Amino acid sequence: MKPAPFKYHAPTTVDEVVGLLAEHGYDAKILAGGQSLIPTMNFRLAQPAVLIDINAVSELAYIKSNGDGGLRVGALARHAEAEHSRLVAEVAPLVHATMPLIAHPQIRNRGTLCGSLAHADPASELPAVLVALQGRVRASRQGGSRWIAAEEFFQGIFTTALEPDELLAEAAFPPLPSRSGWAIQEVARRHGDFALAGAVAVVQVDEGGTCTAARLVFFGVGEGPVLARQAGAALVGAEPTEQRIADAAALAANNDVPTPHEDIHASSAYRRHLVEVLGRRALSQAFARATAEER
Amino acid sequence: MTTRYFGQRIKRNEDPVLLSGRALFTDDVHLPDMLHVAFVRSDHAHGRIVSIDVEAAREREGVVAVYTAADLGDYWQPGPLLVPPPPIEGIVFNARTQVPLAKDKVRHVGEPIAMVVAESRYIAEDAVEDIFVEIEPLPAVVDMEKALEPDAPLIHEDLDSNLAAHVVQTKGDYEKAKAEADVVIRRRFYYNHGIAAAMENRGMVAHWDAKTQHLTMWDTTQAPIAIRNGLAAMLGLSTSQVRVIAPFIGGGFGPKIMMFYPEEVLIPWAAMKLNRPVKWIEDRRENFFATTHERDQIHWAEIALTKEGRILGVKDTFLHDTGAYDPYGLTVPINSQCTLLGCYDVPNYYSEFKAVFTNKTLVTPYRGAGRQHGVFVMERLLDIAARELGLDRNEIRRRNFIPPDKFPYNNEIIYQDFVPLVYDSGNYEPALNKALELIGYEQFVKEEQPRLRAEGKHVGIGVVAYVEGTGIGPYEGARVQIESNGMVNVATGIGTQGQGHFTSFAQVVADQLGVDVRKIRMVTGDTAEFHWGTGTFASRGAVVAGNAIHAAAAAVRQKILKLASQELEVAEEDLELGDGKVWVRGVPDTAIDLGTLAVKANPLRGAVKPGTEPGLEATAYFGPERGATANGVHAMIVEVDPETATVQIKRYVTVHDCGRVINPLILDGQIHGGIAQGIGNAFYERIIYDDNGQLLTASFMDYLIPTAMEVPPIEIDHVETPSPLNPLGTKGAGEAGAIPTGALFAQAIEDALAEYNLEIREIPLSPNRLFELIQEAKAKKGGA
Repeated sequence: MKPAPFKYHAPTTVDEVVGLLAEHGYDAKILAGGQSLIPTMNFRLAQPAVLIDINAVSELAYIKSNGDGGLRVGALARHAEAEHSRLVAEVAPLVHATMPLIAHPQIRNRGTLCGSLAHADPASELPAVLVALQGRVRASRQGGSRWIAAEEFFQGIFTTALEPDELLAEAAFPPLPSRSGWAIQEVARRHGDFALAGAVAVVQVDEGGTCTAARLVFFGVGEGPVLARQAGAALVGAEPTEQRIADAAALAANNDVPTPHEDIHASSAYRRHLVEVLGRRALSQAFARATAEER
Repeated sequence: MTTRYFGQRIKRNEDPVLLSGRALFTDDVHLPDMLHVAFVRSDHAHGRIVSIDVEAAREREGVVAVYTAADLGDYWQPGPLLVPPPPIEGIVFNARTQVPLAKDKVRHVGEPIAMVVAESRYIAEDAVEDIFVEIEPLPAVVDMEKALEPDAPLIHEDLDSNLAAHVVQTKGDYEKAKAEADVVIRRRFYYNHGIAAAMENRGMVAHWDAKTQHLTMWDTTQAPIAIRNGLAAMLGLSTSQVRVIAPFIGGGFGPKIMMFYPEEVLIPWAAMKLNRPVKWIEDRRENFFATTHERDQIHWAEIALTKEGRILGVKDTFLHDTGAYDPYGLTVPINSQCTLLGCYDVPNYYSEFKAVFTNKTLVTPYRGAGRQHGVFVMERLLDIAARELGLDRNEIRRRNFIPPDKFPYNNEIIYQDFVPLVYDSGNYEPALNKALELIGYEQFVKEEQPRLRAEGKHVGIGVVAYVEGTGIGPYEGARVQIESNGMVNVATGIGTQGQGHFTSFAQVVADQLGVDVRKIRMVTGDTAEFHWGTGTFASRGAVVAGNAIHAAAAAVRQKILKLASQELEVAEEDLELGDGKVWVRGVPDTAIDLGTLAVKANPLRGAVKPGTEPGLEATAYFGPERGATANGVHAMIVEVDPETATVQIKRYVTVHDCGRVINPLILDGQIHGGIAQGIGNAFYERIIYDDNGQLLTASFMDYLIPTAMEVPPIEIDHVETPSPLNPLGTKGAGEAGAIPTGALFAQAIEDALAEYNLEIREIPLSPNRLFELIQEAKAKKGGA
């Protein structure tokens, strides 16, 4: 389990990073926390010719509040920092609550939020959280950068809208409006494993308790985060009763989520069943939070 | 004045060095000019080797040599049959042992085909990718039942079928008992036990010194002496030219007793041929298919009972997957066959099994070594019987426990040590009572469970019992020596893989010699220090080596007393030992420290009496006539979420009887580790092959071992029923924790999901499988 030979660069500025990306493009891989990349290289499943290690690019190591009250997370921000950050707990409680679900403390010490997003594992939590919160990412390349909305960013299994010469420089999680609630639920074989299925819910109610917005996103059951549009639409404009929540979760399981894949840990039927159960639980919890905030 | 160490919960002597990272493991051996090895392994489960092109690899810079079977010449030999078949009438056994490098055929994924020796492991792995092996694939034999069909492809073409063995063992007359029974229950059970997944993989470093004509090999083996003897024979050397060192090892659990692994044959050979030190460290990926597994059995079992729940007889027929080769003989299925009988007085037994060759990694013992398969079948049969007869699950067990006055109890069938399975001693009901009390059984079923059920919670309890045959022969030995500085050297031939030998053995010596346990220096697993013995397996270290050490220490004690009585001019009976000294009872001023006495025992001038041996040193051996039978009861409370089909362990209780306990702290650790592996086996781990014989679970992403998060706090208590078969009265404990866990999970989950009326007949379980079982039960309920 030794990687194939590769060239190693350790730049110290973003300019150098994007310069190297411009030079090597497809042949290069960015090394941040390395929690997915290094194992795949050791298995020789990935054999990048060039490794660009961004761990010395200190300008990317930040978690800060955005002008809009949301959160901005640089490419070198580690999961552990988000987990222990008071700012994240206050400004982005859903992101904060997600951290303990991601692997184990040792992995979170090294792993980065932006790395999780760029890797786009369909079973990982953060892409679904970014979609649920309608966040976006900033891609930098030589000569400029662009913002990409979460829904456009994730394009399939380990596939994103990032071009070969682009660095995912930061992610932005917008703030939650008032009277909103959130929840994340997952079933994993062991604590810290990739989820067999998971659900993220972000909802909002008005003063009368009527649902005004509902975003339900699943992970582990599709080619990337799956936004359950029909389920969300079914909830908007009505009071989120137990029955309506259950119906919405069933709608998500039957209509929104394409037939889930099957692997050695879970059948398609079990995953579909979990979509419904976890969708329902996530929605209930999110609405409970939204209503509690209203009081 | 003297401290007694035996039975004390004292901290481990070896931990400071282990915990501070200063212990020597095989991979810590770095020698000048050392070369590194990587293997080309088969991607096919079954196929004919058409050609192997190694030219590009040989030309790669940094590659020193590339070997295939053709390069080995006469050194290429199938491995030895490690365990011959036991003397059972009518037994069929086809020995087909593994080869160093596949020559004509490959028989399982991961079988080594070529060996690359290079200046670094990186270069060696790069060169592996340069090698092209053309294999003509043959249909893979994966399914045990299909493997025995007449048209199944043959794994060993010189045999008529894929049958590796056929064994029938009986006690009494089952058919007659069945005819008299009120109830007969028959079921099919499936049990799949996984891989050991030791923290340290296998590895070896070989160093040939051409000047002294001496070979040293560091090896992660559980049996360094047997490896030394075998290597000397294979390499044409005297055993005095070969030293095998099994240093600290990060877990053995059985697969490291297997020998000879292909790498163990090849690494020392290459070191001699190239005249440079050679290292190979197995990586985790290789470990999944190159280190032996345990895997699965299918049982068709039947139990005949009276309406009071008394067992009249048991009949069991099973298939055992032995993998592509069977060098370890029949230890695993024989253990299943024998351990099935458990704690119960079973007057009539018919047990028949077929071991089957498949295109999979070899099966050899892994902690439990087939015992859990048998325990699962028996405990499940009893649970089903209790339900059918309307009996309490504990009551049916009580009614069938072998009563204490029936020991020694003869099960009549032959055990893995080739002698009839006779339980030496046991007292089973107190263990059950203690476990029920510890977990609060009555209170749970009468109060807590109904209350929690009313709250909509699905909680359940399980209680199962088991025996563990331990401490088998043939023998172990030890040498105990007091040095001139008062330190005590102890050497034994068995290797150590984390069992706490440096402490528990020291405790045995400390009591005999009256020295502080920290003054005892243990050496295990170095053939230069002690070179007679068999190895660490079958929960036998504390029993067999422990008693050998006890005997050697007792002999040294006699030497101390004899010499001191001469020096102090008193009778031996008037002497007392303690604090590293010997003195005349009641006259502390006469004390001589043992170091001084050791010097006197080794005079540099003058004459000694004929027959006198120098030094305060003795060597002794111990060989039990048969194994000592330990037993225990495990109880567990679980909560199941029937919607997600996930299971949470709320409490876990173990009451264990392994005879006299040397160190309860170490024993607790053994039990904890076993239970952790048992929990893995029951609910997380599963070896999965696809129809082509590809291993789908070849990484820790897919093969799930429980972490600290999945293993609950474990409450342990003991019953002590000494073994009459050895002076210390000890029984083994190495495998106990791992044995009953599957049966326990099944019972507790059934209880938690009582409304679904599940009958769990397989292990491992998983949320996915539990979901399916619940769905089936719902459909049945709906349909009924």
